[in-house]
Amino acid sequence: MFDLSGKAALVTGASGGIGGAIARALHKQGATVTLSGTRADALEKLKGELGERAHVIAARMDDAADIDRLVKDAEATMGKIDILVNNAGITRDNISMRMKDEEWEKVLQVNLTGTFRLTRAAMRGMMRRRFGRVINITSIVGVTGNPGQANYAAAKAGLIGMSKSLAQELASRAITVNCLAPGFIATPMTDVLTDEQKKGILGRVPADRLGTPDEIAAGVVYLASDEAAYVTGQTLHINGGMAMI
Amino acid sequence: MSDIAERVKKIVVEHLGVEAAQVKEDAKFIDDLGADSLDTVELVMAFEEEFGIEIPDDAAEKIQTVGDAIGFIKSNAKS
Repeated sequence: MFDLSGKAALVTGASGGIGGAIARALHKQGATVTLSGTRADALEKLKGELGERAHVIAARMDDAADIDRLVKDAEATMGKIDILVNNAGITRDNISMRMKDEEWEKVLQVNLTGTFRLTRAAMRGMMRRRFGRVINITSIVGVTGNPGQANYAAAKAGLIGMSKSLAQELASRAITVNCLAPGFIATPMTDVLTDEQKKGILGRVPADRLGTPDEIAAGVVYLASDEAAYVTGQTLHINGGMAMI
Repeated sequence: MSDIAERVKKIVVEHLGVEAAQVKEDAKFIDDLGADSLDTVELVMAFEEEFGIEIPDDAAEKIQTVGDAIGFIKSNAKS
């Protein structure tokens, strides 16, 4: 089950906690992976850890030309892109009253517009080969909202609507488009929270612990697999019961 | 140059699974040949590959009949 041998995957934001776990898991199932992100040193380190079947192409998600180049280079390097994991994302948290236009726009540009551009560029080859798996990493806050994250929540909710539309456009070509929505996951991003903040969060999580990046990666492996061919336009929530939608 | 027309028609027949006799120059991809909008995108991609040309989106939108495609390719093909 969930064998990805011979498949080629592009993972953005692969230098982060969740992105790195996703890349490792896809690789472990046999896929060739291209690691993308902005921090080349962290990507190279992960590539070294993975060994064969791993490539690095750094790219910025706020730069349209860079995104086109990323797809071209990844297709040239791996021969194709079967699995696209749009995991790259940033936050610029602020209460709305104080949120600057730049904070709003930057988050929308990277998290939503960048994902659309990258997916649009990659779907050409997927259409031709009659196979594709697009997995967009959204967030629980895209469904529930979160104070201080109007921009981030809007972008993540936008991903869900976008994915449903793409799923309908591409289903006849055997391309599936799904979202995966993590809850609170233990990563370098959540490590900086104080114990009190963590306690506050855990009070809302029935599982009474943070999730792990591996638990997110397992969901990505499933959505990327041949076995998930009939799953499209869906959002898989992995959040320890924090929200049941 | 008639070669181009034959190659275009062959691609259309293969892609849309229609009879060669249906693929007349005035046949519209969507109305007459049963293509959906995604099929038209794929046809353009196939033309691009076959003739080694690039068909920009605004030009692609104007290609609605078999004759439109042949005309565009005739005036833009390198060989």
